[in-house]
Amino acid sequence: MDIKFSSEALATANKLIARYPQGKQKSALIPMLHLAQSEFDGWLSPEVMDYVASLLSIKPIEVYEVATFYSMFNTKPVGKCLIEVCQTSSCWLRGSDEIVDHLKKKWNIEVGETTSDGMFTLKTVECLGSCGTAPMLQCGSDFHENLTVEKVDELIEKLKSKGERSSYLKSLVNS
Amino acid sequence: MAKLTIDGVEVEVPDGTTILNAARQIGGALVPPAMCYYSTLKDTGGKCRVCLVKVSAGSAKDPRPMPKLVASCRTPVADGMVVQNLTSPEVLEARKGVVEFLLLNHPLDCPICDQAGECDLQNLAYEHGASTTRYEDERRTFEKIDIGDKIQLHMTRCILCYRCTFVADQLTPGRVHGVLGRGDKSEISTHIQKAVDNDFSGNMIDVCPVGALTDKTFRFKSRVWFTKPMDAHRNCTKCSGKVVLWMKGNDVLRVSARKDQYGEVKEYICNECRYDHKNVSDWTVEGPRHIDKHSVISQNHYEKIDLQKLKVEVERQLEFQKGRQLPEANATLNS
Amino acid sequence: MGRKLLLEHINEPGIQTFDVYRKKGGYASVEKALKTMAPDAVTEEVKKSGLRGRGGAGFPAGMKWSFIDKKSDKPRYLVVNADESEPGTFKDRYLMEKIPHVLIEGMIVASFALGAKTSYIYIRGEYMYIVGILEKAIQEAYAKGFLGKNILGTDYSLDIYVHPGAGAYICGEETALLESLEGKRGNPRLKPPFPAVAGLYASPTVVNNVETIAAVVPVINMGGDEYAKIGIGKSTGTKLISASGHINKPGVYEIELGVPVDEFIYSEEYCGGIWKNRRLKAVVAGGSSVPILPADLILTTAKGEPRLMTYESLADGGFQTGTMLGSGGFIVMDEMTDIVKNLYTFARFYHHESCGQCSPCREGTGWMEKILHRLHHGHGKKEDIDILVDVAKKIEGNTICPLGDAAAWPVASAVRHFRKEFEAAAMAHSHAELVA
Repeated sequence: MDIKFSSEALATANKLIARYPQGKQKSALIPMLHLAQSEFDGWLSPEVMDYVASLLSIKPIEVYEVATFYSMFNTKPVGKCLIEVCQTSSCWLRGSDEIVDHLKKKWNIEVGETTSDGMFTLKTVECLGSCGTAPMLQCGSDFHENLTVEKVDELIEKLKSKGERSSYLKSLVNS
Repeated sequence: MAKLTIDGVEVEVPDGTTILNAARQIGGALVPPAMCYYSTLKDTGGKCRVCLVKVSAGSAKDPRPMPKLVASCRTPVADGMVVQNLTSPEVLEARKGVVEFLLLNHPLDCPICDQAGECDLQNLAYEHGASTTRYEDERRTFEKIDIGDKIQLHMTRCILCYRCTFVADQLTPGRVHGVLGRGDKSEISTHIQKAVDNDFSGNMIDVCPVGALTDKTFRFKSRVWFTKPMDAHRNCTKCSGKVVLWMKGNDVLRVSARKDQYGEVKEYICNECRYDHKNVSDWTVEGPRHIDKHSVISQNHYEKIDLQKLKVEVERQLEFQKGRQLPEANATLNS
Repeated sequence: MGRKLLLEHINEPGIQTFDVYRKKGGYASVEKALKTMAPDAVTEEVKKSGLRGRGGAGFPAGMKWSFIDKKSDKPRYLVVNADESEPGTFKDRYLMEKIPHVLIEGMIVASFALGAKTSYIYIRGEYMYIVGILEKAIQEAYAKGFLGKNILGTDYSLDIYVHPGAGAYICGEETALLESLEGKRGNPRLKPPFPAVAGLYASPTVVNNVETIAAVVPVINMGGDEYAKIGIGKSTGTKLISASGHINKPGVYEIELGVPVDEFIYSEEYCGGIWKNRRLKAVVAGGSSVPILPADLILTTAKGEPRLMTYESLADGGFQTGTMLGSGGFIVMDEMTDIVKNLYTFARFYHHESCGQCSPCREGTGWMEKILHRLHHGHGKKEDIDILVDVAKKIEGNTICPLGDAAAWPVASAVRHFRKEFEAAAMAHSHAELVA
């Protein structure tokens, strides 16, 4: 199966490359990987990364190195909704442990695992810059703040009924 | 040119020389160790923090001390600089700390590691480390990966000096491996199943300071101190052809490049010379390789001494010692 | 009532848009700078204002700008550090989300002063929804002639682009940020060379925090000398404080530097006191990297003077009895807080975020997390406390970048000020053994 961007994504990719000086197109790597991740089921397979490497005229290993360094890039498949609960500092002070434990019990999975229906993956992450509205979680580009166990349950129900893959990519470039 | 003192010894070097290289010109015990810097690979150094020294006076123009310890392998000298290595207790404490960190997650599997006897980490720990470990938690492990039939990777032993990535970039036609992951989960890997075997990649084995990358064709064949290293060469169109043959009787167990007194290869060899010529008749043998008497490989090792060279060396050592109090090396290092 | 230089109009409906922002006096500093001032004069005003880097280091901004290599013929760059990942800090997010144009305006003035023709905003990937907000604001600025070729009819041209990160606290360190902007792993570089000489693409670059650049707007509008009249001593102007933790009113507060800490915590104008009618136990005043202080030392210095929200006053007492203003991430802890567990979450953070290049940080942060994990779960030993402090000491100062220090300082200060809690945690194990 040949991996290729849709024409829309390709147009965005070219706009990204144009933002950097001539010969420095490698700078577009991280934005491109975000684009690729949202195009191809929320994760970066070796084939997808090889494709991105070809678009930027760099070696595949240079892409693998970057993809495995940054925590937002998934090099293994993930569920449709990646639920990222912040666990640092003020979020912990205001009860993030309770949120994580609730979700673990609700779905009967450990942190890092996906529910059996492939819908949700539970991840704990570090400070998301929402310390004043803690505890909170991120799903796609949306921040869900001032959480309680009830609010979490409401959110999960809503996401389940929508059944869509969450994306954090609303706009990487503006035309 | 710049004149500086290191541990009270004055030396004059060209501008742009690093403190480490200036110390190497003096030679002897005051040379800081180096686990990631490699003089024949560009941009190496600064990462392992083993070579940290104290600059108690930045230069004659600005004699303020530098606020933190600096990596001597990447800090250029300045005229009038005053550097302290062994004469600074702060430096020795820091070095002990760094050695402890390097050994923290190290598997300490010397009994089954091919590098034993020629391992920079063993030597470093012997000179600057503590005799027991305080670390009682789990040591990190990695899934074993196969990078081909020429180089063996033991990621648990790796100290992430990055030298192998520089070899791949600077000596081979293209890098296929890199450092993946982050923090202490960083690992040397190819991410997908791939062999690291393009030409000149074998030099990674020589530059690796520990037993993370070893010669697969030599694996478990012999302890290095039971072999007889011989200088040899052959006509090679791709490289200088100058090697060391590690022999047992008439068998060539391993071929490697020649390392200088600081363990650095100056002339790299191609993969053909390293792997494809294991017959002693393929080579012109020059004679026994000189082995430093501090190395375990020197046991039962005989070589012809050039008396003239010996005389020059003894005189040089006497000059070095003249009028200078060396600290009691054992007292400070093993506290 | 403190003056609000950045957040004055934050509640104006539509302040996110160019038109409303302009009507409220926005972009006046661009007109003033580009039409009536020379680039060096702009830098002079910033120097006179005493504005210090608001990201955490507090380095004088004007001085940083003056270091940029003017002799090189390579292009110059301004890069705005919007990587905000310091635990406890969320002011840049607030600013960019609610009033993005103040950042754009500040960037135009700063880029003009530095002679940069292309500037980037490096924003953390988790703030992806803000990328959209910034993109929209930038497009509006282009459309109204404040970006692009020949701004306002002058011969100054500027392009601004937004560049997202992908989840790495280390990319908040300026050289790691530049590495990331170049499409590589976020490994900090050795300094020297400094970015002012060889930064982005080995060209002269200045990296500044979002708030620092935003503050350039009031500095130019009112003049550096007027700006310097606000605040105390070398802490001039206003600062955005991100207040969080066990307080009644967490949020972002713009304060004039010099507000007493006591007032900041208890006054209704700011944090509104400790929640649930509890008592104050400890405060981390400037983001997780700065030393933690117990209640008595955060409210008054060791000399007995009331502590003020300034760089100097918070640092009074050095690391023995003081802390740092840092990023202004003000985390408040009440009397029920388990200091050992809190420190564990910090240690876990630094371990997760270490880039792994240098051995003290790579190995040391993992070790500290493991010790704290054991202490917290009752598997600790008395020796663990001294080993923990020693590990922190051996990391501090020996690393390539300040992340090592940032990991060490919370540990050293928590044990220094709350040693009994650590000893109790260690005893929990021994007690369990005795009872068994």
